[in-house]
Amino acid sequence: MSLCSRDGDPNGTARSIAEAVARRSYGKLVALLAMRTRDVAAAEDALADAFAAALADWPQRGCPANPEGWLMTVARRRAIDAVRHRRIGDELVNELVLLADEIDHSDARALPDRRLALLFACTHPALDAAIRTPLMLQVVLGLDAKTIASAFLTSPAAISKRLERAKRKIRDAGVPFTVPEREELPGRLAAVLEAIYGVYSQGWTDPVGDDTVRHDLAGEALFLAHLLVDLLPEDPEALGLLSLMLYSQARRAARRDAEGNYVPLSAQDPATWNARMLDAAEGLLRQASTHQVIGRFQLEAALQSAHVHRCQTRRPNWDEVMQLYDALSALAPSPVIAVNRALALAERDGPQAALDALAPYADDPRLADYQPYWAARAELLARSGATVEALTSYEMAIGLASDPAVRRFLQRKRAQMPSTA
Amino acid sequence: MQYLLMIYSAESEWKQLGDGERQQRVAAYQAYTESLKKAEVVVGMNRLQHASTATTVRIIDGKPQVLDGPYSDSKEQLAGYYLIDAPNLDAAITWAARCPGASHGAMEVRPIWTMPYESAGSA
Repeated sequence: MSLCSRDGDPNGTARSIAEAVARRSYGKLVALLAMRTRDVAAAEDALADAFAAALADWPQRGCPANPEGWLMTVARRRAIDAVRHRRIGDELVNELVLLADEIDHSDARALPDRRLALLFACTHPALDAAIRTPLMLQVVLGLDAKTIASAFLTSPAAISKRLERAKRKIRDAGVPFTVPEREELPGRLAAVLEAIYGVYSQGWTDPVGDDTVRHDLAGEALFLAHLLVDLLPEDPEALGLLSLMLYSQARRAARRDAEGNYVPLSAQDPATWNARMLDAAEGLLRQASTHQVIGRFQLEAALQSAHVHRCQTRRPNWDEVMQLYDALSALAPSPVIAVNRALALAERDGPQAALDALAPYADDPRLADYQPYWAARAELLARSGATVEALTSYEMAIGLASDPAVRRFLQRKRAQMPSTA
Repeated sequence: MQYLLMIYSAESEWKQLGDGERQQRVAAYQAYTESLKKAEVVVGMNRLQHASTATTVRIIDGKPQVLDGPYSDSKEQLAGYYLIDAPNLDAAITWAARCPGASHGAMEVRPIWTMPYESAGSA
């Protein structure tokens, strides 16, 4: 019964168990509490009360054998009390009592997992696209507004307001907590995948993990991607997303040398990559490909696989890389892909071909403040001998870089340019 | 839950339609109405007269101020509505997408306000 008594500090143990349950089960409990009422905010309130009760109760009486079930029991009691208090009526109370019965009669250890439905509710197309990723972080993972705000470079007050608005819309507009029907599933799933990838990208922008919040975000995103694969083991794009993220994660540490300087992929030592993660990524990609339904995330994962393979074997595979970029551009055209494609093209056909491929994007407002675009242009111009133009592009890239290591890297590159005097 | 599906469309576009096209559109609305009735989801519906017939009223300094014209001066105006009963927003959106108004204009889907004790658990 008592996990706490093993430790000299029951408070600390109770807290760490509560934190572990929160991380593992938060979304599961919110999903169960909010499923019928669609009231996410009320579910979160009830759950917060339950966690507070746990921290008061567990050090005194020992941690329960099934902490998740304990929290659920307290939380739904709180939810029922809250509903009664607001005198909202019997029907809602009945729903909650029904839910309580359902949980009591199922094996307490095996609470039904409705997180997939919760993920679909949080990424519903009727919600503002920009709030879906933050909403998912809060509702499924239990991250607080302050953490989310710092990850998305906004104020906690502003993000709280937008999160509240989204939750109110879910409740009042009748956004369903259901997994969409077969024909609708691919489109709706794309939003879920997009939101999870959004979490990872936020985490990725902090390369060394100085910023603990962002570093954790990469871990949270991997947790969500693993969860999605557990919930939808047959979906090739869910597999593709997890594969893509593992490929990136495996090379995460190699992006910096011992002095904290930026190391581009071509200069990284493959021996420093996480081999087990790469194996897992490769396996997932192979598993996805057996379904023979191609998609954006599988293609992006396949590109990562090709890059990794080339670096490991030192055999150029730019034809294969170009084929993948062409397929990706056809499936999900974006200026960001065009930039990456151009860099691969430069390796195969030279810098001028790459510059020609980028020419149509010269005035694209989406690239005007996209640092990698200017860095790519600078690099290509330098290689083609257009020194003056290269310097201008380096200036732009340096001015737009937010990562000090990348800024230093670009400044060094610029300093290596021949003098134009 | 009940949802109001509001049809917003450019009236100028209707005026430019030929007779055949108008008949076609009216027939499309009739078919849509029929399918709503068959599915037993429709609670009420109406087509509105042109926005040029609208009058806007508000109380200013305790006196009613009456103005000729619709409240909002946009190109696309409220042209009609369907009031439907649907289990959730997804079902309402599905019905809105089937309405001819979604093709020639835009549909706004709004849940109907209910007193809290009436709203529970209808999903």
